[in-house]
Amino acid sequence: MTLRLSEGLLGEIRRHGEGAYPAECCGALAGRVDEGGAKEVVRLAPAVNRRTDDPHRYLIAPDDLRRLETDLRAEGLEIIGYYHSHPDHPAVPSAYDTEHAWPWYSYLIVRVERGRGLEAASWTLDDEQPLMRPEFLEVLSEV
Amino acid sequence: MSVTVTIPTPLRSFTGGHDAVELAGETVGEVIDGLLAAHTGLKRHLVQDDGRLRNFVNLYLNDTDIRQLDSTDTPVREGDVLTIVPSIAGGRPAVATELPKLSHAEVLRYSRHLLLPEVGVEGQRKLKAARVLTIGAGGLGSPLSLYLAAAGVGTIGIVDFDVVDLTNLQRQIVHGTSTLGQPKLESAKARLTDLNPNLNVESHETRLSAENALEIIREYDIVVDGTDNFPTRYLVNDACVLLDKPNVYGSIFRFEGQASVFYAKEGPCYRCLYSEPPPPGLVPSCAEGGVLGVLPGIIGSIQALETIKLIIGAGDSLIGRLVLFDALKLRFRELKLRKDPTCPICGDQPTIKELIDYEAFCGIGAAPAYQGPEVVAEQLKQEVDDKGEELVLIDVREPHEWEIAHIGGARLIPLGQLPDRIGELDGHAEIVTYCHKGVRSMKALEILRGAGFGRVRSLAGGVDAWASRVEPGMARY
Repeated sequence: MTLRLSEGLLGEIRRHGEGAYPAECCGALAGRVDEGGAKEVVRLAPAVNRRTDDPHRYLIAPDDLRRLETDLRAEGLEIIGYYHSHPDHPAVPSAYDTEHAWPWYSYLIVRVERGRGLEAASWTLDDEQPLMRPEFLEVLSEV
Repeated sequence: MSVTVTIPTPLRSFTGGHDAVELAGETVGEVIDGLLAAHTGLKRHLVQDDGRLRNFVNLYLNDTDIRQLDSTDTPVREGDVLTIVPSIAGGRPAVATELPKLSHAEVLRYSRHLLLPEVGVEGQRKLKAARVLTIGAGGLGSPLSLYLAAAGVGTIGIVDFDVVDLTNLQRQIVHGTSTLGQPKLESAKARLTDLNPNLNVESHETRLSAENALEIIREYDIVVDGTDNFPTRYLVNDACVLLDKPNVYGSIFRFEGQASVFYAKEGPCYRCLYSEPPPPGLVPSCAEGGVLGVLPGIIGSIQALETIKLIIGAGDSLIGRLVLFDALKLRFRELKLRKDPTCPICGDQPTIKELIDYEAFCGIGAAPAYQGPEVVAEQLKQEVDDKGEELVLIDVREPHEWEIAHIGGARLIPLGQLPDRIGELDGHAEIVTYCHKGVRSMKALEILRGAGFGRVRSLAGGVDAWASRVEPGMARY
């Protein structure tokens, strides 16, 4: 699987993570799936992190998600995945991420080290086992 | 009632790509049951093992969360729309701050692990934090401690009180020719810390007993049983059940091995499989029956593998399964093990609540079945020199043992053939039987006495005692 997004959007995700630091940021990736099955992010839909009890957790509430889906449908887009930040931790899924992952969606994680957004990686749930596989993250540079 | 269930994008691959499914039912629960029956692939994502909805799966009946209604008992009406809405949750590992960090050198050393998503940095840090106790630094303990050390397990405790002997080196690869005669603990520690200097080895130079087992095992996360005798095996099992620790089991004999993970919290224990030990002497030890040197390498490696899987939480563990390995046929078989509700230690009404006397439980120390007259090696040598051929020496071992070494002038009659070949012997002759260490020759004595032979004795300590004290040039095994 491939997840395609522009350098600008990736920068936006980093800035969202830096702003939320030391807590985690989260949001949805809105976009389309092309004929080849690759997902392309058209825009971000930053979400409100409903978990306020623990800075190392995020939760997008179902009501927020339903509203977002209705809005996106009107734009001809759909949710193709989600992003969140890992403050002071690598951009690899935690056991908690894996446990809560849904199939098909892309889960983009960005590492925010001491308040600075660093590397990002995208993951999808394995078809058979409860583990996350890295997917190809294609970052398009803007000319 | 016919209800439309809308399927979210991530789950459409399980409904043949359809975004909505028409289903009948009287309540939300019935509709969902129907959905799962028609599309079984959805089960893993929507419900837990007990059949209840996973806590981050939300159901909306028309526009209302069913938790605000009667949950799955909520009745449905014709034309209702039931929508599955995921909660999206995650976050960096909360435990990460408690796990030890990896140095740059460690990252490089474990790079092939870090490339596996099933291990990764988190798994490697769990390995570094792990404390594993291996019982015995012998055939099974060698490969398993080597692999655990190489894999980056932070602390390995070893219980052993033996010294390295030449007969060990055919399979006990943690030791070497240069450490012959040294305590196995010292020899193993030197080799393991050479393999991985980050490793912390904790030595317990003692025989594991009912007095010290709880105290030693309590300090570890996982116990790996590499023992070769029944009393210790039951002791390790019982101590692990009492302390809620997983016990990674392995055993070997000749060309066959077994492995499992006994963890009473989640599955059966060793007593659920074998409630009683075999009668003493029925199952020979490796020292008596022999063992192919590679076999403990295979079974011990399976134990190391299961230990690592338990630590990193990957894959399906051997809990509730017994793997049987036949080296000659090169065949693995698997038996399903069930927890025994009447198990005396992990069952519904346990009768064992503390450690017991395991030697007595296994019938060891009780009087042997037959005790006939013996002759010591030095005296036998004197008598052979004085009496010559008048004294009949009978070797009751197997032909391949005879080939290794035998006493000059002896006749070979393997124990199994003795009852049929008794007619070859003169009932009035003075006879001495011998075997490797003196156990089988005592059984031979019993057979001969029973057949009316009066002047028979057994060589105490067998040919081994003869080789060590009378004929030092003779090969020992």
